[in-house]
Amino acid sequence: MYRIVQKRRLHETVTLMEIQAPAVARKALPGQFIILRIDEEGERIPLTIADFDRERGTITIIYQKVGATTMRLDELEEGDSLLDFVGPLGKPSETEGIRRAAVIGGGLGVAIAYPQAKALTQAGAQVDVIVGFRNTQLMILLEELKQASKNLYVMTDDGSNGHKGFVTSALQERLEAGEAYDCVIAIGPLPMMKAVCDLTKPYGIRTIVSMNPIMIDGTGMCGGCRLTVDGKTRFACVDGPDFDGHLVDFDEAISRSRMYKTQEAQSMQRHACRLTGGVR
Amino acid sequence: MPNMSLKKLPAREQDPHVRNQNFLEVSQGYDAAMAQEEAARCLSCKNAPCVQGCPVNVQIPHFIRLIQEGRFLDAYETIHSTNALPAICGRVCPQETQCEARCVRGIKGDPVGIGRLERFAADYAMEHEAELPAAKPAQANGKRVAVIGSGPAGLTCAGDLARKGYDVTVFEALHTPGGVLVYGIPEFRLPKALVRREIASVEKLGVKIEPNMVVGRCISLEELMEEEGFDAVFIGTGAGLPNFQNIPGENLNGVYSANEFLTRINLMKAYRFPETDTPVRVERNVAVVGGGNVAMDAARCAKRMGAENVSIIYRRSRKEMPARAEEIEHAIEEGIQLRLLTNPVRIDGGEDGFVKSMTCVEMELGEPDASGRRRPVPKPGSEFTLDVGTVVIAIGNRPNPLLRDTTPGLQTQSWGGIIADESGATSKAGVYAGGDAVTGAATVILAMGAGKKAAEAIDAYIHKR
Repeated sequence: MYRIVQKRRLHETVTLMEIQAPAVARKALPGQFIILRIDEEGERIPLTIADFDRERGTITIIYQKVGATTMRLDELEEGDSLLDFVGPLGKPSETEGIRRAAVIGGGLGVAIAYPQAKALTQAGAQVDVIVGFRNTQLMILLEELKQASKNLYVMTDDGSNGHKGFVTSALQERLEAGEAYDCVIAIGPLPMMKAVCDLTKPYGIRTIVSMNPIMIDGTGMCGGCRLTVDGKTRFACVDGPDFDGHLVDFDEAISRSRMYKTQEAQSMQRHACRLTGGVR
Repeated sequence: MPNMSLKKLPAREQDPHVRNQNFLEVSQGYDAAMAQEEAARCLSCKNAPCVQGCPVNVQIPHFIRLIQEGRFLDAYETIHSTNALPAICGRVCPQETQCEARCVRGIKGDPVGIGRLERFAADYAMEHEAELPAAKPAQANGKRVAVIGSGPAGLTCAGDLARKGYDVTVFEALHTPGGVLVYGIPEFRLPKALVRREIASVEKLGVKIEPNMVVGRCISLEELMEEEGFDAVFIGTGAGLPNFQNIPGENLNGVYSANEFLTRINLMKAYRFPETDTPVRVERNVAVVGGGNVAMDAARCAKRMGAENVSIIYRRSRKEMPARAEEIEHAIEEGIQLRLLTNPVRIDGGEDGFVKSMTCVEMELGEPDASGRRRPVPKPGSEFTLDVGTVVIAIGNRPNPLLRDTTPGLQTQSWGGIIADESGATSKAGVYAGGDAVTGAATVILAMGAGKKAAEAIDAYIHKR
C-alpha cells in the first residue's frame, strides 16, 4: 500500500498529492511517469511525476478531476493509501546541453512543466516559462515557476490577469523579438502542443512534447499507448513519453484520446450516483 | 484389470451456446468416479514413455495408479513434488504433443487422459486443502536468488529453489503475480481464483513476491546483485511486446493488440465494466487476426463480450494453425467463424476515427518457407471488404527490451530473445533466463521446464562458488 502523506487542493479541480513510494522516489527523474490503481476494482492510470523527494521517499502527483478514477482519487485524504503505485516508467527527459530554453505549460500540463523548468535551471540553463490558464482562478504553481525560471509569462484565455491570449501568442512574441531558444519543451493538452509545434517548426527550433495517452501496463506490453512518430508506430510508455514534437501525428493522437468517451461518461455517471447514495 | 476402452472418457463441459455467454470455466473436468475410470486405462508401462514427454518430469504412471486406488491427495503430492502448478498444467498444457503423444494406449485408440487426471488431482487437493500435510519450509541455506517475472517460468524456478533452501524474491511489474496466466489466458479456460491458490502454494514454500516492481526501471539487474546482495538472478520476463501487421489503419480506434484486449478483459476485469473501472470496446462484428491459442482466446472473449459475429482471419489453412486442436474446436462450437487463407491488407475507418471495415486478400499456399510450412501468397485481384467495428491483432509477441537495454553485458538475439544455453545460463555470470524471454512465445509448460532446469543450474552455480 502507498500512503498519501500530503494532499493540497491547488484549485477547485486540480489537486496535489504526495505519495509514500520509496522505490519509485529513489530512481525518479523529470519526464518520467507512474501508474496507480486505487483499489481492486480500479483502473490503472498514468500520471506524470510532478516532483520527487528521495530523502522522504515520496513522489508528488498533480491531477485534475476529469474522469471516474481522478474523481475517486479526490475522495481520498492524507493518511489513506493507494493499492498500487508503480514507477518510474518511461524514459527521462533528455535535456543535456540545453543552454536557452522555453518551457511551455497549458492547464494541468503546468504541473509537469514545473519540474522540467526546475531541472533545466538547476543544470545552468536560462529558462523562460510560458504558462496558460483559462482564467485567474485556475492558476497554479506561479511562485514555484517564478523560482524556476529567468522570465515567467502567464497568459489567460479570458485576459483576467491582464494578459489575454494563448501560450502560443506569448511564444510567438518572444520568437519574433529574436529570442534564440535552442529548445522548446511543451506540455499540456494535445491541441496546445500541436499549436506550439506548428509555431516553432518554421524557426527550426527543437521542440519536445510529453505525450500522455491511454495506457494499461506502462511497460510496453499492451500497445494501447501507440502513436505515429515520423511515420512509425511508437509506444509512449517505453519509447517516450517525450518525443520530437515536429514528428508526432497529433491528429491521430487526438482521435485516439477519444476512444473511450462513451464509456468514460458511463463510468463517471455511475460514480456520481454512488457519491449521492446509489449502490456500487 | 485395465479398462480397455479405446476412447478417452470425455470431461464434463458447459454447452457451447450457454458458455459463449459467460466467463465461467468451459470444462468442468472429471468427478472422482470418472477419474478412477479413466485412470484404469493406464497400463503402468515400466519404461513410462509419457514421463519423457513431460518437461517437468511428472511421475505420470505413479500418480495415475494412486488415483485409481482412490488415494487422491497422494496423487496430488506426487505431481506437486516435480510440478509447482498442477491445476494450471492440467488445463493449459498441450498434452496431445507431450505426455499423451507418447502414451502406448494412443497407438490404437485415444491416449490416457493424463491432463484431465492431473487436473482432477489438483482440484481435489484444493478442495481438501485442510487435509494436506503442511508444506515444510526447507532448511535455509542463507543464499538469495532474485527472480524477475512471476509467470510460469519464474514461479517454477522460485518454487524449486525455495525447496532447496534458497531465500527467493520474485519481482513482478504488474500489480498481480502470474504473468500470462493472469493477463493473457481467459477466466473461462483458467479461473483466476485457481491461479491465486496455486501461487499461494508457491508462497507457502517461503517465496516472497514483490508486485509493482519493474526491474530495469525501479532497480537494475546489476543493483540486485551488487547492492541488494542476491547471489544469482533468474530472468523469466516472457514475451510481452505485441507485434503489429504494419498495415494502414492499425492505429484507428477499435484496433487492439491481443495483449491489450485480453489484459483489459482478464487482468482488469473489463467484462464486469462498469462495476470495474476499465472499459473495452467490443462492437457487433469483430475480426481477430492470427491462428494461435491467443487468437482463439481473443475471439472467444469477444463472443462472450456480446459480439454477434466473430471471425478469425488466418493466412494459411487450418492444418497450419498453431493453436491447439481442442481450442480451435471449442471456438468453432461457440460460433466463431474461421476465415482461412485470408490476410488483411488495410483497416478502414470513418471520419470519427473508428474502425468501419477491413480489406482482406485471399491467399494460396506456395513453396515451404524456413518454418517448413507452405508460404502463403496473395491471389491477385481477390480483395474483399469485411464490415468490422473491432479488430484484434494476435500475430505474436516479442520479448520486452527493457532488461536488455538496462543490463550491460546481457547478450540477446537480433529479435530480442535473451541468449541462454541449455541450462539457462546467459552471457552474464550468475544470471540465468528461461521461458518466452529466451525462446519467443511458446507454451506455459515449456517455460516451466526452463524454470526448472535453471533452478538446478543456479543451485550448481552457487554451490561451486
